[in-house]
Amino acid sequence: MSVSQSNSSSESPYSSNSEAVRAELSEIDASIRSASLFFVISAISWLMIGTVFALLAAFKAHEPDFASAFEFLTFGRVRSAHLNAMALGWGNNVIFAVGLWIMARLCRAPIHHKGMLLIAGIFWNIGLTVGIFGILKGDITSVEWLEIPHYATPLLAISYALIGVWGILAFRFRKGDHVYVSQWYILAALFWFPWLYVIAQIMIIWFPARGVVQSVTNWWFAHNVLGLWLTPMALGTAYYLIPKVLGRPIYSYYLSVLGFWALAIFYNWAGVHHLIGGPIPVWLISAGIVASVMMVIPVIVVGINHHMSVVGLHKEVWRSPTLRFIVFGAISYTLVSLTGSAMALRSVNEVTHFTHFTVGHSHHGVYAFFTMIMFGGVYYMLPRMLKREWPSAMLIKIHFWACALGITVMVIALQTGGWIQGLEMNNAEIAFLDTVKNTIPWLKARSISGVMLTIGHIAFATNVAWMLFAAGAVRAKQGPTLLDDTQKGGIV
Amino acid sequence: MKNLPLLFCGIFFALAFSFTGLILSSHIQLGSLTRTTETLVPSDNDPTVMVMPEGETLYPAMPGGIEQQGKDVYISMGCIYCHTQQIRRADFGADIDRGWGPRQTVARDYITQDRVLLGTMRAGPDLANVGGRIFQQGGRDWHHLHLYNPQITSEGSTMPPFAFLYELREVDGAPSSDALKFPPDSEFAPDAGYEVIPTRRAKALVEYLLSLKINYSLPEAPIIE
Repeated sequence: MSVSQSNSSSESPYSSNSEAVRAELSEIDASIRSASLFFVISAISWLMIGTVFALLAAFKAHEPDFASAFEFLTFGRVRSAHLNAMALGWGNNVIFAVGLWIMARLCRAPIHHKGMLLIAGIFWNIGLTVGIFGILKGDITSVEWLEIPHYATPLLAISYALIGVWGILAFRFRKGDHVYVSQWYILAALFWFPWLYVIAQIMIIWFPARGVVQSVTNWWFAHNVLGLWLTPMALGTAYYLIPKVLGRPIYSYYLSVLGFWALAIFYNWAGVHHLIGGPIPVWLISAGIVASVMMVIPVIVVGINHHMSVVGLHKEVWRSPTLRFIVFGAISYTLVSLTGSAMALRSVNEVTHFTHFTVGHSHHGVYAFFTMIMFGGVYYMLPRMLKREWPSAMLIKIHFWACALGITVMVIALQTGGWIQGLEMNNAEIAFLDTVKNTIPWLKARSISGVMLTIGHIAFATNVAWMLFAAGAVRAKQGPTLLDDTQKGGIV
Repeated sequence: MKNLPLLFCGIFFALAFSFTGLILSSHIQLGSLTRTTETLVPSDNDPTVMVMPEGETLYPAMPGGIEQQGKDVYISMGCIYCHTQQIRRADFGADIDRGWGPRQTVARDYITQDRVLLGTMRAGPDLANVGGRIFQQGGRDWHHLHLYNPQITSEGSTMPPFAFLYELREVDGAPSSDALKFPPDSEFAPDAGYEVIPTRRAKALVEYLLSLKINYSLPEAPIIE
């Protein structure tokens, strides 16, 4: 491969037919293989653990007597164990797997000293395990999104720093001039997350700020975990894989620039909308509302860019396991973000605040958007890491349908039930206990949706385990696993 | 994009901007709030300056020892995930109409708290003023029965029972004065010869709940009769 070819391939990070480019990518994949596999396996383990906690919490929400004799399984602890297992166990591990791998590939920089990365990853998971046990044991902090007790968080922060630095190092030693949009998102997120985490720990747990300054810091942090950590990682993954799988460039470079900077500027002000009506200065809340509404700009821009990149190729999208999940996630991003902007308006928030509507909204974001895109990322990455194909197209289909339908049922149930709950709560004529009782049918629907998601997760984990410990038949399988065999083709 | 210093600066300043705007500025505005009297009076030296009158009680009150222990129980049970501690203003939601408190809560109400538990979910009612509300309905006894099993006092509630904070034991001689006073014929009452005693944690938790009161005015948030 000549130098000029190498430059042009770096400027167009979609499929290349060049043997040399593929060989280079293969070398990069090999350099990060052991760490990435560790992160994927950890992520899926936490996903399953988090699912068990989720089912317990969901069931307890409408059957309060269930397992109520066990202190460590009381609702407040189980739901927090669920949140942290999912956010820091599933979310962060899958980001470390997929995000770092995409970064290394786009920088065309193999990861050196991968043993360090692996050790940092092991410590991250040890810290998290200690933290989850701490929550169940009763050392929970009761600070939303920061429930892990103080004796586990320094280990998490240090191991994060050692993991995140690999992405930044890959970027530092990148080849080629051009920096692709996925690299901005991933680089920025790797830099933002530790800042948010350390400031929130210091100002809330270690040296508590006075009064409600803690609450402002809490929601600045918690909303930004979604906005400046999970969201950019998922968008970076979608921006990388949509053109990669379809073999044509992203629709508009300028829209991706606009989308990135609008997100960077507006999202991090939005968190205070969780305190609308609360005991903090009104100007802070107004700033949060303005930023939340301004988020319409990056959301529409990214939505158009992604839509125009797949338009006309819907059959290919539907056949590819990767893109089926990613496009579901990308559509959810538009929907959940527009809902979020609306929820920040005072008149809407007056109803939705303090209700299950918000719980539905956060699952819409973290699951239907982030998690579905990351499932897509794993579907693309693992065959290249393991040099074998997915054993079962049927399990992928079960995974997709169980999760897609499950999360849809959950969001509809919680948001309908939450809206009713909010209207009733704002009507002092209705006894408060009745507002609680009227949520029960919707909470039962949420439990059913949880069972559906569990089925999807089991299918996913089974397929991954089958692939890892593959029998000869799987090893010998030729060609990519597609979800529709009517057309033969090389797209995964 | 090829201008990398610009990319780095942008990434840095994007977050620095909101960190300054939201966190540092609220710290500047609220970080030095102090306790105050319910009303202010004009200063003798300069009538345009409002000062605290001498000798009046300062609010919000400082938390006591057992209340602090109770708050630790509240934190360790994750009560915040269903109960808020903030009252919204009269024309926004129905917090005041529901009798959850006599006025909205403001930033100063929280300055004596090491950990602020505003909360974001109301699967249960707001507790900012629970000590001022339920005291009249029987106070300690009501709270103990409710914590032991919410179905005793609030049938149909989705709150989990915290029976593990109580001890079921055989009556030894005279019944304990701490024993829970169940309503007559309650299906949750212990068998004859047994009684339910709150543990230290349950007692502390109830003292904490009873200490949650918004029964004082602040200059910026007076209780209007």
